[in-house]
Formats: sequence, structure tokens, C-alpha cells
Amino acid sequence: MADYSWPEAERRALIGSRPARLDGPVKSTGFAKYPSDQNPSGLLAAKILTCPHAHARIVGIDTSAAEALPGVRVVHVIQGEGSEIQWAGDEIAAVAAVTEEVARDAVRAIQVDYEVLSHFVTEENRDGATDARAAGERAEGDPDAAFATAHRTVERTLGMPQMAHMCLEPHGQVCSWDGDELEVHASTQAVSTLAGQFATELGIPASQVRIRTEYMGGGFGSKFSPDRWGIVGAELARKAGAPVKLFLERDQEVTVAGSRPSAFARIRAAADEQGRLVAWDSDSWGSGGLPGTGQTPLPYVFSRLPNRRLRHTSVPTNLAGSRAWRAPNHPQACFLTMAVLDDLADELGLDPIDFLERNLDLTGRADTYREQLAIAGEMASWKERWQPRGRTREGAVHRGLGVSVHTWGGRGHSSNCDVTVHPDGAVEARIGSQDIGTGTRTIVAQVLAETFGLELNQVRVSLGDNVYPQSGPSGGSSTVGGVTASTRRAAQDALREVLVHVAPRLEAEPEQLVAGGGRVFVDGDSARGMSWREAAAQIGGAPISVQGRNPGPGRLISSGVGGVQIAEVEVDIETGVVQVERMIAVQDCGLIINRRLAESQVYGGLIMGVGYALYEEWIPDPVSGRLLNADMEFYKLAGLVDVGSLEVHMMTGPGYDERGVIGLGEPPVISPGAAISNAVANAIGVRVPYLPLTPDRVLDALAGRGGPA
Amino acid sequence: MRPFGYAAPATVDQAVGLLEAEGSEALAGGTDLLSLLKDDVERVDRLVALRGVPGLSGLELDGGMLRVGAMTTLQELRDHDGAIAALPALAVAIDGVASPQLRAMGTVGGDLLQRPRCWYYRRGFGLLALAADGRSMVADGDNRYHAIFPEGEARFVNPSSLAPLLVALGAEAVIHGPAGERRLPVEALYRAPQAAGERENTLAPGELLVGVEANVEGSRSAVYEVRQRRALDWPLMAAAVSLAGSGPRTERARIVLGHAGPVPHVATAAGDVLSGQELTPETVAAAADATVEGARPMSGNRYKVQLARTAVRRALARAAGMEF
Repeated sequence: MADYSWPEAERRALIGSRPARLDGPVKSTGFAKYPSDQNPSGLLAAKILTCPHAHARIVGIDTSAAEALPGVRVVHVIQGEGSEIQWAGDEIAAVAAVTEEVARDAVRAIQVDYEVLSHFVTEENRDGATDARAAGERAEGDPDAAFATAHRTVERTLGMPQMAHMCLEPHGQVCSWDGDELEVHASTQAVSTLAGQFATELGIPASQVRIRTEYMGGGFGSKFSPDRWGIVGAELARKAGAPVKLFLERDQEVTVAGSRPSAFARIRAAADEQGRLVAWDSDSWGSGGLPGTGQTPLPYVFSRLPNRRLRHTSVPTNLAGSRAWRAPNHPQACFLTMAVLDDLADELGLDPIDFLERNLDLTGRADTYREQLAIAGEMASWKERWQPRGRTREGAVHRGLGVSVHTWGGRGHSSNCDVTVHPDGAVEARIGSQDIGTGTRTIVAQVLAETFGLELNQVRVSLGDNVYPQSGPSGGSSTVGGVTASTRRAAQDALREVLVHVAPRLEAEPEQLVAGGGRVFVDGDSARGMSWREAAAQIGGAPISVQGRNPGPGRLISSGVGGVQIAEVEVDIETGVVQVERMIAVQDCGLIINRRLAESQVYGGLIMGVGYALYEEWIPDPVSGRLLNADMEFYKLAGLVDVGSLEVHMMTGPGYDERGVIGLGEPPVISPGAAISNAVANAIGVRVPYLPLTPDRVLDALAGRGGPA
Repeated sequence: MRPFGYAAPATVDQAVGLLEAEGSEALAGGTDLLSLLKDDVERVDRLVALRGVPGLSGLELDGGMLRVGAMTTLQELRDHDGAIAALPALAVAIDGVASPQLRAMGTVGGDLLQRPRCWYYRRGFGLLALAADGRSMVADGDNRYHAIFPEGEARFVNPSSLAPLLVALGAEAVIHGPAGERRLPVEALYRAPQAAGERENTLAPGELLVGVEANVEGSRSAVYEVRQRRALDWPLMAAAVSLAGSGPRTERARIVLGHAGPVPHVATAAGDVLSGQELTPETVAAAADATVEGARPMSGNRYKVQLARTAVRRALARAAGMEF
């Protein structure tokens, strides 16, 4: 059995270094062809008619005017007469036509008569819900007794609304048929699993479905399935006998293609005189649209808190169902927990970092957090600069510091990778997983080049195609572990085969040989060697091709990370405007393949985090049931001038590298809401109970008017 | 996109003639109108493109009188050193149009006459957004960005970046129409519609805004906008002030709010508070309080009353060179 492992630190040429992403130039110059850039010859454009009502029954539908429009090729009814529609934006019909403009005109020409039914879209006040469902109650220890004898107790009602994924490239695909074979250029984060889902819906074998995603413009957890528009796009293309491009319009993208569930809770937490957490009681509710939503993991991180009671209510609304959003449930649980703990620290008269430290044994990784809190505190000059709430002000502008901690798993997913060594020395990897934008292509190339002792530009990586070996979806921070492990195993095996051929020429055993610096040589005697090209020529006329798998032998990956973030804010108490001045992130993620891309992941998480902390929310209209901000005007995203200074410290080197590769996509986006909310509380002296921290909510809190009931 | 005609007149008179026909709409920079057409919020029979009409673009500073053609782009105005030196507040107002692309394409006339950003209007519920039963969707719904000085059922806010400052300065709008030229104070360009189909400006069919004129000397002016984001965003509230008078006392003060009501809100009583007064923290606060007297916030925009107070205090302080 071969030994699969990562090279020792002193032998790493590329792993852990900072190469720029390989596709940076083609992306920044526009040469990279995204799925939405595919324009095969004869292409038709498709658009979808959506329901304008949040709850309605279709009484009649007449497509004749649309069919009669010049340039219209196919009109396809998705939900016909008698269908009950449960959210505004649900798909009713689709049109394929010669141009986007004609398709839009045709969609408008479809007459639908609705019987409008009553709707509910504002779950913040759950009393108004018609269909709230108790979704679990559990208790451990004796919370009532613990609260009765506690030294200090705080009680808060907190919450954060639903928000959108807002992928820059909307959901959609280009479908082309060749006989009964379907090719789909999809904007997806699940290339290897999509074919089967298309095939089932379309009644063809999965072997006849090709899925390709060379580049894609963001998924964040919302692009794992073909979706109704994928199947409809394929049906339109089949009926029209021509390729069909169907990408959602921006308002549709915001309304139906991805949202994060809301989370509200009335929480009581208590501590003893030593500042030790002794009791927790939470009554939570939330919605992920029509399906409602489950319990978030409370109390977050401090999960060994004794004496706790949790109740949860799932509140369905007439809004499209939610999707996994970067670190599902964690940002919500983190905000609800860390805000309450921060308020409890204030009640106890303790520095919140001190308070967290006193309770780290209630977490699963006390040592990691202790080290990270120290580093983050140092970076923020916390000891010198932190003051109790409401003390730091300059005129109308108050400054504050806030801290939060988070955790995530991040174990590598199932992955297969083919590595081929050609007799001319060319090395390539083929792997089904897509590069969701995080640099997957680059890290696979790094592992490949590292293993064969080559430069990055001497290896080739092909990915994002289901004709390549099955490799997992980009979700749950599982990609980096999966693809680097399968690639490393395949590359190590392929190299060993090469070395078997080379060994006799060097009068050595294969086990004595190593690859490095573009050569193959006897370990410890580099003069006894040959160039990589010469070495590859020893394999004979046919290439060597090896498949590597994950999971598999050897300790290449693991899971479970911790992170600490500190936010520094300025709050103008006369306008309620919050400005993030600085975000500090200290993150553990095992062995880092690419330092630049790893830091970039954290920067991205912080930017997205500032977005949901300050700006982003779905705003459903109680009157019409429609989203009022299904656009990029009033659905506010953070601009670069809004995110402040971002400082990232990666925990790396001895003590971390031995853990192997662990995913990083989710962890850095978990804490910003909590850290920023805590910083605002520190600045203005009161808790703003609700995210995002908009001026109206900040001014309400300052005026003593609460948030959610 | 629904079919429409497109006319490119060569003179102002031709443009006026074309605009007299029902269903004709003037096209300036197109940064908003074209989106409204694509989104099917507005429909036109014919667009009358003003870009090729000579004499509508350009600006001159003559003594203290600034004359700006309606087709002058916001960036051209921003780049005019003389105008900005004479009226620094103009830079603040233009920079408030927070994207270089919009400043490069958008025109002065287009800024003044752009349609409201009300999200009910933009979703096809009409400017007044009245439900079938006659109830106000805005009042019953989400009105966080709406008027604190609604007029009747007009609850949207005027979105112009330049209007509050121009109104504070007492600027005039120059209009050409079938009957020739007429002039009116910029605030008289606006009205609050009360019935479906009514527009929010006072231009008659065939009338075209050709420019604005403002005396930019002899007063101290300032603009303060409260905005949530520094990146591209609409102000939540804006205040423009103009203070006339030599020496420490203010002889005449004009205080105007933007994003507060369906028309730029001229706070006459607040101006009167400062008349003959020195600007002190106390008089400034009194003027700010007077500005929001009579405000009628709705369920979700009470915070905008506070923003209006703050914007006025800060605009006054800025005009007077005081700390705030």
C-alpha cells in the first residue's frame, strides 16, 4: 500500500505559496466564457412568465397571442389552469423566441386569469402566521433551577430577516440537443450530479446528458440542481429543435433563485458570579419561505452549556423556498448566540473577550479559540482600546469594538481525479468538479505540479465537465479537501509508476527517487538524476493514466475549524448610519494549498458578512406579497468603499499543517453579523436587536424602541 | 419591449412640436427612461431625442448668474471649475449621483425631471399605488423610503439631486413651449399628482425644459445628504440651504429638503426662524426643529424625521463654516 501524504514543509515548492489564480487573466479580460456567454449557432432566447401574486389559483391561461407573435418558436405552459401558486415569482409559462426582446414581449402577451388568495409574508411577527408549526422542544439539565440561582440573566428578542444569494451570473443554462443527446452549459456548483437530475425529468438515460461548467458566476449554495428553469429550457430546446438560452432576469434571480432563512428568537441566558454560563432558554422561529425552516444550532459554539431549553417554530410564508446559503444556519445561530453572550458580558461588567475565555471549556476547541482570541485581540489592540459600552465618542460619531467566534466542519467530499503522464512529459488532470470561483482549477494544478516537481505552467487541469471523473459539488467547504486529496493520490500513484521505469536507468530503487525542480533524482544525491522530460520518456509509447479517489488512504484531509473575528465600527447617532472601519479575521483551516486564495476566501467572507450585517435583506410587501427590492437598487450590497479595512490572519504552519486540508468557504462568513452587531452595541450602549443594522433600526434602538416584538 | 417611434428633431421648435402629440416623451440621457420602458412601467408612442438639438447643452457663468442648458451632463457641470468655485454645494449635490456612468450620461434636465424611485411605482402599481379598494399600498405596506411630507395620496419622494439646492437658491427653470418661452421658479416645476395618470411635474404638452438659471453669488449655500452606503445609493434624506446676508446675521434663509415629499419640501417656517438671526447651535437646532414641524411620517419612516433634522443642522453648519 502506497503512502499518501503531503510533502514535508521544507520540501514544498508550491503548496502553501501564493500563486495567482490561473484563470485570472482570462476572467479579467473577458475571454473566459461563462455559461451565460455561450452562443451556439441558431440559438433561441427563452424567458419565463412568473406569477405576480403571492398566493393565487390559475383560473385560465391563454397563450394564443404570444404564439402569434412573429419570432416566437415555442410557448410552454409550466403550471396551467387549476394550479395553486404559493409565491410571487413562481413560474407559469416560458417562451423561446428569436431574440430576448421578442421572448419578453411574448411573455407579456400571455393572458393569465388568477383567483387571488390570501397571503402571509411577514414572519417577523409569527402571531400573524396561519400555519406556524412547532418544530421541536428539548431540554437538558435543569434550566429553571439554574436561572433561579444565577447571578445575572439577560433576556433579548433578536432576529435577522431572509436575504438573497444575489449571484452575479443568474441561474440558468444553454441547452442544445443533438438527436436525443443533450448538452447543457449550466451555471451550477454541481456538475457531476446534474446529469442524472436532468435525465430523470426528461426521460432519457443520464449517459446522454453532458454538463459543462468551465467558469461560473457565483452560487453560494443556491446552484445545486437543474431547477424548473433548467428542465423547461431543455424542453423548449427539444420542441424548437434549436439551442435555447434561459437565464433568469434579475428580479427573478432575487425572488426565486436563492434566499437564506430568517431567524428570530427570544433568548434568556444566565451566568454565575465567576462569569460562567449556567443556563440557556431560547424560543426561536423563522422562515425559509413556503417550507418554513428548522432550528439553528443554539447555543452556537458554546454547545456544552449546561441547563438549556430550546423550542423552535417553523413559520411557512408565501415566498419561494430558501436554499443553502454559505454556512447554512451558522450565521443566524452565531448572531443570536454571540449577541446574547455579549449583552451578558456587559451585564456582568466583563470585557467580552474575557467572558468568552472564561467559558471556552463549553466549546469543542478551547485551545484554538484561546490562541485565536489572543491573536485577534493583539491585532485590534483590544486591551488598550476596548472600553465598556457607550464610552468612545467624538461628537455624533461613536466608535465600538465587537468580537465573535465560529466553527465549521469542512471535510473534503467524494472526488475522483484522473491524472495522465504522457511520454513527452506532459502532465494533466481531469476532474468533474467545477471551479465555483474560489480557485479550484489553480489548487488542483498546484497539487499536480508539486507532486511531479514541475512549475504550475507545466501542468494542465481540465475540470467542470461530467465526462471527467465524478467529483463532488462545491458546497459546505468540501471542495478543496476532496479535489486536492483525489488529485494527490492519483499524482503520487502516477509518479510512482514513472519512477519504476526510471529507477533502472539511475541504478536505484524506485523508493529512493524523488521528483523536484523539474528533475527526477536519487533523494540525497541530486547529481544522480535526469530531467523530467527524460524521465517521462522512460514509460514507453503509451501514457500512464491513474485515478485517485477521495475518501482514501493516508491523512490528507480532516475537518473542524475555529475562527475569531473582531469588528470595529463607527456609528453616527444622529443618523443611525453604521460604517465598518475594520474587520479582523483569524482563521484556522489546516494545511493551506494557496495562501493567496485562502486569504481571498476570507476577504470574500468578510465582504459578504458586512453586506448582511448592514445592508442586505429581502423586503416582502405585506400588501401585495411581492418583494419590493428584487433589484440591485434597493437590495443593497456592500460596495468596496463600505467594507472598511480587512485584515486576515491564517493559522498555519506546525500544529495546523499536520491536520491536512480543510475547507474554508463557509467559516469566514459566519461571524461578521455577530461581531458587527456587538461592535455597534459597544459603540452606542444599546443592542440593536435586528440585522441588518440600518439607520431606522439603529435610531429606534437609541430611542428605546425595540425591534421585533 | 413595446414598439415606439423615435424622432430626432434639429431645433427646439421642432422638439416642441413633436412633444405636443400625446404619447411623446423627451429622451435626454436615457439613464432612467429606457429602463422604465424595458420594465414596462411606462409606455410611449414616440421618443423625442434631444441630443442632436443645438443650444440645449452648455453652461455659462455671467457675473453671478449661472445658466445651464438642460442637456448639459452632470459631469460637464461638475467639471466646470468656475461654477463649482462659485457654488461648492453643487459638487456635493452632483457627487451624490453616486456613479460615474450616471454622471457621464445623465443630464441636468433629466436629473430635475426623473421619475420617482418609489418601489410600488417601479413595480407597476402606479405613482399613487392605490389598491383596488382605494387604500394606499404605500401607507399599508413598506414605506421606509417614502415621504414624511406626503401630499394627499402622493407618498413617493422627489429623487432629484439638484432640485433642493436650486430651489434653495431661488433658481428659475426656462421652458419652451408652443406659446414660446416661460420661466418659473424651479419648485414650480413640481406638483403632487392626486389622480391616476397625473404627472409629478407641471409641464404642459409640448413644453420642454431647456435650462436653469441661478444667481450663485451673494449667498452661502450647502447641501447635506444622509446616505446609508458610501457606494452607489440613494440618499435617505437631503437638505439644501442658502443663506443671504452680509455680516454675522442672516437676512434670509431658504431651507429645502429632498427625499422628503413628492415635491422638494420648502421649509418656509424654518427659514423664517433664522431670519435676522446669527447662526448658533441654538438657532440652528430651532431651524431644524421647525423644518420637520407638520411632518406626517408613516408606519415605517419615522426615522426620516430625525434624518431631516440632522441633515438641516449639518447643511446649515456647513454653509456657515461651523463644526457639527
